Amino acid sequence: MSQNNEWDLLIKPRRKWLDLNIKELIKYKDLLLLFVRKDIVTIYKQTILGPIWFIVQPLLSTLVFMFVFGNVAKLSPAGLPQDLFYLSGVVCWGLFSTSFTQNATTFITNMSIFGKVYFPRIIIPLSKVTASFVNFGIQFLLFLLFLSYHLLTGTIVEVNQTGFLLPIYMLILSGFGLGLGLIFSSLTTKYRDFKFTIEYGTQLLMYLTPVILPLTKVPAKMQLIFKANPVTHVIEAFRYSFIGEKAGGFSLYGLGYAAGMTIVILFIGFILFNKTEQNFIDTV
Amino acid sequence: MGQNILEIENLSKLYRLGEVGTGTLSQDLNRWWAKSRGKEDPYSKVGQLNDRSGNAKSDFVWALKDINLSMKPGEVLGIIGKNGAGKSTLLKLISRITAPTTGEIRAKGRIASLLEVGTGMNQEMTARENIFLNGAILGMSKIEIRKKFDDIIDFAGCAMYVDTPIKRFSSGMRVRLGFAVAAFLEPEILIVDEVLAVGDAEFQKRAVGKIKDVSNSEGRTVMFVSHNMSSVKNICDRGIVLKQGKHIYSGTANEAVDFYMSEYSDLATADLALREDRKGGTHFRFSQLSIVDKNGTQTSEAISGESLTLKIDYKKLKSLRLDQGFISTVILDKYENIVAVFRSDEMGFMLKDNSPAGSMGSFKLEIPGLYLRAEEYYIRLIAHESRPRPDNILDYIDNAFQLNITAGDLWEIGSPNKPGNSSIFPANYSTV
Repeated sequence: MSQNNEWDLLIKPRRKWLDLNIKELIKYKDLLLLFVRKDIVTIYKQTILGPIWFIVQPLLSTLVFMFVFGNVAKLSPAGLPQDLFYLSGVVCWGLFSTSFTQNATTFITNMSIFGKVYFPRIIIPLSKVTASFVNFGIQFLLFLLFLSYHLLTGTIVEVNQTGFLLPIYMLILSGFGLGLGLIFSSLTTKYRDFKFTIEYGTQLLMYLTPVILPLTKVPAKMQLIFKANPVTHVIEAFRYSFIGEKAGGFSLYGLGYAAGMTIVILFIGFILFNKTEQNFIDTV
Repeated sequence: MGQNILEIENLSKLYRLGEVGTGTLSQDLNRWWAKSRGKEDPYSKVGQLNDRSGNAKSDFVWALKDINLSMKPGEVLGIIGKNGAGKSTLLKLISRITAPTTGEIRAKGRIASLLEVGTGMNQEMTARENIFLNGAILGMSKIEIRKKFDDIIDFAGCAMYVDTPIKRFSSGMRVRLGFAVAAFLEPEILIVDEVLAVGDAEFQKRAVGKIKDVSNSEGRTVMFVSHNMSSVKNICDRGIVLKQGKHIYSGTANEAVDFYMSEYSDLATADLALREDRKGGTHFRFSQLSIVDKNGTQTSEAISGESLTLKIDYKKLKSLRLDQGFISTVILDKYENIVAVFRSDEMGFMLKDNSPAGSMGSFKLEIPGLYLRAEEYYIRLIAHESRPRPDNILDYIDNAFQLNITAGDLWEIGSPNKPGNSSIFPANYSTV
């Protein structure tokens, strides 16, 4: 029993708080990629439109928002193409919300696999986030298509160099979603009540984010609630970078706050997930 | 010590019984409070041993308690025990599906479990895609899978359907595919749980062969859980017996199987003296029936194809002259079809007993080869005063004993015969 260092595998009752075994994760990188592939490919198997479904959904949402919030409620900023304004909101929000909702029930939906085989459980959330990156990439290309149309037809659209921050925007949106997802996945495992709050809560949260209207049009007393939401700052910055200052506002403080929040939430998420994955199969 | 490939030390697992829901948040807080002050878990003290027959006295139960075990490379270990003895829990802990409550497991190399084959296969995806996905879930790299791809397809026997979504596969083919992937995983320690119950005979034979190959020629270690005593005897070198979460025996596979059979010998005796559901029974009563296997141990599980002896005790309640007592022992299947009748008159046996009232006696029936397939059977006992007539019944008990026959290996092919309620005779095919 003395030569502990010889063992490849040591199973003990309680693990450390944050136990990310990077070496093991690298060993399982093929699995990560295969899960991503599965997530993307199975969506359009046996459909006629195939991968086109990836862009149908944001297009339809944009159309609905243009009609309801743009034309009826007149919430979109004047003098700007509504399609760009809403599409940008929908695409950004989509990255956050898929990162969140896809991960919020990780343990429950993968119970049957987790109950039979061991692999680092974190692979599943990581694969979902990677898949939502791909999804975002496709939708962003769609956005660029609309953008170039407007640039060519001479509409006043100002793209500026802050656009290079796009990777940061993506990391914050998906990281914040992932963090919340990890926290919820741990909670839903034991207390199913949280499962019912996910869908409704995400919808509600969208209305506390400047997806449907610019932050400048938000009533003064609501401003603080909007600004407390990290997603707000990213959507505002994204619009500023790609559409112009009429569409959104760029604030380094805001982005810094969002990044800080994301790191905190991610940290809590990883700790809870790590704790839950050891024994959850006994309680689900 | 140094050459062990797997060591298990004081391994225990506590489970919570009942609903996890109302009231658990307060217990959770209580636990957390105790733990954060460095005290023992207040709920683990009340755990009792896992005995499913009794009512639970506490909300927590030890599914496994203080298991110690070590394995050397190339060993094939059979784990036997009744349902709920902790076999599956042990495998779950070793394959890291759930964490132990106390204790430690140390292992060298890759551990792969065949707890259920085809895990994580996606119905919409093709066999090719699924082989890669399933292989990766089991811990193989892409390069490794690509190298073994053709062998896997070959072993599964589905070369024609490589690019067909597996939702179009029959369930048997899906199982074969899953097993094929796992079989080529080449882990240092392979965990097998009852996979032999699926697939057709030909495939079972290959599966058993593969497990033997893996352990013999490739020197890998296998842990094998089964209810099938003959496959344990066949495949394993060593065996351990678990009972109510405790490790109660270890020895060679044969010894462990024999121990397990005798451990449940309390079931091997049927007390018939007080049975009310009988005809006759006023002068003469069957009082006890017990079953003894070829080694002379009492058992309730006989192995198909092996010998078996029934020992029957009786008691004379009133004075009775028995010169040519007739006995008939009938074996019925669970649908009450008669599958075998042993009539004493045909077999040249007559019960002679002229001892006074209150005396007891016994006789036995030896069956050299029990040629019945694995299934539950029931025994009916009949005694007549002389040549059987409806008016001279001495005693008649239906369902005197439930005889569980486990599958044997009559053809000596290395895998158990199929179950069923038909008979199975020694025979062989050959070309003429």
